[in-house]
Parts: sequence; C-alpha cells; structure tokens
Amino acid sequence: MLNISNLSARVAGKEILKGVNLAVNAGEVHAVMGPNGSGKSTLAQVLAGREDYEVTGGSVSFEGRDLLTMAPEERARAGLFLGFQYPVEIPGVNNVYLLKAALNAKRKAAGEPEVDAYEFLALIREKMKFMHMSETFLTRGVNEGFSGGEKKRNEVLQMLVLEPKLAILDETDSGLDIDALKVVADGINSLRDQRRAVVLVTHYQRLLDYIVPDQVHVLSGGRILKSGDKSLALELERRGYDWVQAGQGA
Amino acid sequence: MSSKPQDVEALIGQKYRHGFVTDIESDSLPPGLDEGVVAAISKKKREPQFLLDWRLKAFRHWQTMQEPLWARVHYKPIDYQDISYYSAPRAPANAPKSLDEVDPKLLATYAKLGIPLHERARLAGVAVDAVFDSVSVATTFKDKLGKAGVIFCSFSDAVHNHPELIERYLGTVVPAGDNFFAALNSAVFSDGSFVYVPPGVRCPMELSTYFRINAAKTGQFERTLIVAAEGASVSYLEGCTAPMRDENQLHAAVVELVALDDAQIKYSTVQNWYPGDENGIGGIYNFVTKRGECRGRNSKISWTQVETGSAITWKYPSCVLKGENSVGEFYSVAVANNYQQADTGTKMIHIGRNTKSTIVSKGISAGHAENTYRGLVKILPSAEGARNFTQCDSLLLGAKCAAHTFPYMEVRNPTATVEHEASTSKIGEDQLFYCLQRGISAEDAVNMIVSGFCKVVFKELPMEFAVEAQNLLSVSLEGAVG
Repeated sequence: MLNISNLSARVAGKEILKGVNLAVNAGEVHAVMGPNGSGKSTLAQVLAGREDYEVTGGSVSFEGRDLLTMAPEERARAGLFLGFQYPVEIPGVNNVYLLKAALNAKRKAAGEPEVDAYEFLALIREKMKFMHMSETFLTRGVNEGFSGGEKKRNEVLQMLVLEPKLAILDETDSGLDIDALKVVADGINSLRDQRRAVVLVTHYQRLLDYIVPDQVHVLSGGRILKSGDKSLALELERRGYDWVQAGQGA
Repeated sequence: MSSKPQDVEALIGQKYRHGFVTDIESDSLPPGLDEGVVAAISKKKREPQFLLDWRLKAFRHWQTMQEPLWARVHYKPIDYQDISYYSAPRAPANAPKSLDEVDPKLLATYAKLGIPLHERARLAGVAVDAVFDSVSVATTFKDKLGKAGVIFCSFSDAVHNHPELIERYLGTVVPAGDNFFAALNSAVFSDGSFVYVPPGVRCPMELSTYFRINAAKTGQFERTLIVAAEGASVSYLEGCTAPMRDENQLHAAVVELVALDDAQIKYSTVQNWYPGDENGIGGIYNFVTKRGECRGRNSKISWTQVETGSAITWKYPSCVLKGENSVGEFYSVAVANNYQQADTGTKMIHIGRNTKSTIVSKGISAGHAENTYRGLVKILPSAEGARNFTQCDSLLLGAKCAAHTFPYMEVRNPTATVEHEASTSKIGEDQLFYCLQRGISAEDAVNMIVSGFCKVVFKELPMEFAVEAQNLLSVSLEGAVG
C-alpha cells in the first residue's frame, strides 16, 4: 500500500530525513518509534504533503500512485489520513461542519453523492458514542478550547468518520490518561481490517500494549536503524534508544 | 500543488459582480461646486428656506475646512470641482409616485442586483427604499408601515411631508460642520432615507435602503436620518453597489440616528461598492460619517457593518451615550483585498451614568491591502459606572497585506471599566493545512476559516442578510489563501 524508498527531506534548510525506507502492506499496523528530533513527525508531515517540508530525494508510492506529486487534499481524498500531533484550533468553525465538508470532499472525489445531513448526524453520533465524547462536541468550534486529550479523541473521531485506507497517527497517544488511551486505542483498533493500514508514530511502548503492531521501526538521525516485531518495542523500553544507535555505529 | 502561494495569489483576482452600467437618461448638473450649485440642488428639490440656509451655512463652513489627513489611507487629491453633485434618472415630470411609474430599466437594474423592489419584496417582507445616483426611486410597503404609524420614505419626501421632523432632528447628531466630508454632504446631499418610528411602536418589518451609483463622474451624497421615539424599535439595513469604472468616484454619506427613552435602533450595513480592479485602478472613495445618539434613558443603538467594497473606506459609526443606562454596540467585519484601503472603527462617547458599550471588530486583509481599526472609547466625568468592552481581531491572508490597530481610550471617571482585547493572526498555515489534510479544497478551507473568524459579527445581522453577507465575503476573498 505504502512504499517509501530512500526518502530524504529538509525543513528550513536542514536535512531531517536521510534516506528512509519503509513498506507498509494493507492489513498491517506499523509503529515508528525513535528519540526526539529523529524525524518521526517530519516523516508524517512529508507523507501528508506539508508545503514547508522539501523532499530532496527518493520516492513514495501509495496504492501504486506517486504520492509526492499529489496535493495534500488529493492525498486525503485518496485515503491518507494524518492524525495531528498538535491539532490546530479553528475558532468559529463548527466541528461537525468541518467533518461533514471533509467527508463530502472525499465522497465527491470518489464520484459518490454528498452525505445527507440526517444520515451524517446519525453517523457522527454513533462514532462519538464509541469515542465516549459528549454531545457538546457537536456544537463546539474545531478543537476550540479542547483539552489535549479531547483534541486527540477528536482526531480519532474524524478518522473513524472518514475511514481512511492509511492512517498515520502522530503521537496520538501523548497527553492521554490511561482511560482516554484505552478509548483512543479502541477507536484505532476498530478501523483495523485487511484493506487498511495504520502507521503509529509514538515515543512510548504503552500504546502498543493496546494496539499490537505487526512491525516496529526505530527512526533515528533521519534513517530507520532497526526493524522488528512487537518485542523490539519492549526491548527499546528496557534498553533505550542509545542501544540501537550504538549498534548502528558498530 | 494547488496550495502553493503563487497559485493562491492568482486566485485572489475576484470578479466584481455588480459592475454593470444602466443605460438611462439622466438629469445631471455639470461638474463644479459653488453656492450656485448648492442653491440649484435645493431648488431642484423644491426645498423650504430653512434647508437652503442650512446647506449654505454648511457650504461656507466647508470652504474653510481642510481634508483630514490622519487616516491611514493614501489617494491622489480629489478635485472637488471635477465632480457632478447631482444626477437623477430623468422622469417624465416628477419623481414617480408609485412603483408602477418607475422606469422599467431601473426596476431591471435592481432585479439584477437581487434587490427586492417588486413582488419579491412582498415575499421577503422587507421594506426597501432604493436610491439611484442622487435620488430615491421607490419605497415599498409604505402603506403597511403607515398603518403602524411608521414613516419610511425618501429624504426628499420627508422634507415635503414632514418638514417639522426634519427641522427638529436634522444635524442634531452630526452637525453641518462636523468634519470635512460631513460638511460637504450637508451642503450638497441630494437624497437618502428617512425613518420615524412613533412612541411605543415596534417597526413591523425590517427596513432597508439600497444605494446604487450609476452615472459617471458623479458623487453620491445621501443622508439618512432615523428617529426612534420613546419605546420604539426599528431594524434597518443598507446595501450599496456601483459600476466598474477606471476613475474613482466619491461617496460621502451622513447617517444620523436618534434614540429617545427606551428606544432601540439596529443599523446594519452591507457595503459592497466597487473596490477597484486587482491593480488598484478605480473604485469608490467611501468617506462616511455615521453617528447615533442614545438621547434617552435605557436606549440602545447597535451598528453592524460588513464592509467588503470600496477602494477606500473611511468610516467610524459611533454612539453618543447620553441617556442613563443607554447601550452602544459596534460589530464590524472589514475586508480589504488587492489594493483596497480601509480605515474604520467606532467612537463610543459615554456621557450618561451606567452607560455600556461593546465593540467587536474583525479586520481581514489580503493581497496588498491595508486594513486599519481606529476606535475611541471616551468616558466623560459624568459617566459614573460606565463600561466598555472592546475586541479587535485581525486576520492576514498572504504576506503583502497589513493590519493596524489604533485603539484610543480616554477615561475620565474612576468608576468606569474599560476592557480591550486584540489579536492579529496570519491565516494559519496550520489551519489551512489541517483542512487540506481532511480533503477540503484550499478555497473552501479559506472560506470556512474566515467565516468562522467573522461568526460573532454575522450573527448580529438580520437573518435575511446574514446569508448574503456570508456569500459576499466568499466572493470578496475568492481564493485569497496565504
């Protein structure tokens, strides 16, 4: 589904990604871990098409298409979803209104009719219930005055409504208490099936207790230094990232 | 990618939809201004002596005045001798008595603008007075309003039918010599609207005036006077459009509002004069004086404005809060795109005890535009317990525009409470990217973000017009992504 080959990118003139290789197949969950400043968020932003991130080399294919030539909104409509690390507030823009516009943009691109308002409300109510969100979310502005945890929950809600093929979740677990973490993990797990894939970008292994990944990768210094199964995350927790970095140097 | 800045700049080029010219015979005075012209206007309108005297006094005063230079706007000097001060669609004899007598071309013009003058007026339930160049062409619903005792007519009709009201209230809020443009207007104003709501009457429908500049080389100088007597209330809306022309045209209006004891006036403006082209050629110079006086106890005046047009906007709808417990409000959305310049804001003058004012200003700048908020909150020693809350927010779209905020406060009573909040934000790259990442197009995203930014002001507009304002905003900023 996603094939990243030797991807390099820089931000504000600084080389952050230095040849990333990663292949994600439908039905898989991958975890990308790594120390601060290793390029995890940059990778997520580059895949979503953020303008300030300049791709300097390599290629990315998504379902056989050249992802890097697609505009951010085209990527989204093609089924790529980014769960933001810091979801932005858009004051005065209703949360549900944005989500409905997003769903309709996607449906329109797929040649489907726009969603009926009544149907949409029923859909969003169902998903909100699943995410343990209160009715007030319906009337509030996009992330306006949300707590950190509420914002993350809202990201997952959007993902559940949009049903992406590939979800890249950038530290969706950070800032969550244990109950919220479970809710968010349940949300992500509910989307797992043979047609979809998830890339979890995270610092901590604790999320992986709830969402068991097929593969774990360590991103450090702009490269993937090590890949393995679930046990790699546990080992990282025990031995720290220095262990991987030292291994690479040898 | 569709969201690259250069594409975005290209998208900014919005098309003005009301830029057509109506081919109609008109009766105009040649360009030029002297006492003879002032007298000629007064004569054409068969005005009583007191009004001619008032005009001449204003004109003489105007001649001693200097054009104000303190606003943050730049323009070539206006040649006041090169403007025609009167232009009226030529009618067979006199002004039309009813809609049926109005030139069909004029009715077609208003239909094209989407202004309900005829049958649709009945459906919309809004009474409309339409001012074309210098004169009022039609006022709808006169009868229904008359039954309620509400006078809603052109200023000229009011001069003839209710001279005592005109004499009593004209110039009592904005004196003839108030400022350069108000003095000019007082000398040469040609028409406008007049509203009188008698004591205890709640005006049964929205009132609306539609201003249209059509003739070339003419200025438009209308004058609006609204009086809400004791316990009366009225909601009034004005809209404005003009043809696209290369030269600049002057619009210098005066609006006076008087609210007596327990009266309420809500005045909403959707201003969409021709803003000039994307290179800043042409457009209306909009120099307007609007002021309301809360003369009575517990009275309230509320200004709501959505300013999207004009090459230059210079206006400060203000409230003089004389009556005890009176309330003044100002809600504004000012949009400046391309080379538009807006210097707008309000003055809240607190004189009476426990007077209260609220100011919410939302400035949006795009292209090369300059957008300035200028406001004065003045609390006089007599204004025991006065309160003001001011919120000024600026939104920048793109890197070449500018926003300025000049809040002045003069507090001369220690019991007063004055609060000010201000923010300036660039339309978030973050906000935009967030929407794009959800599959929403750049254009829809900007509309969404800007509408959200303006929401608190839009909800103050009469419902019928909130949608119109929203659409206008979308057109004004078509693709203006930064």
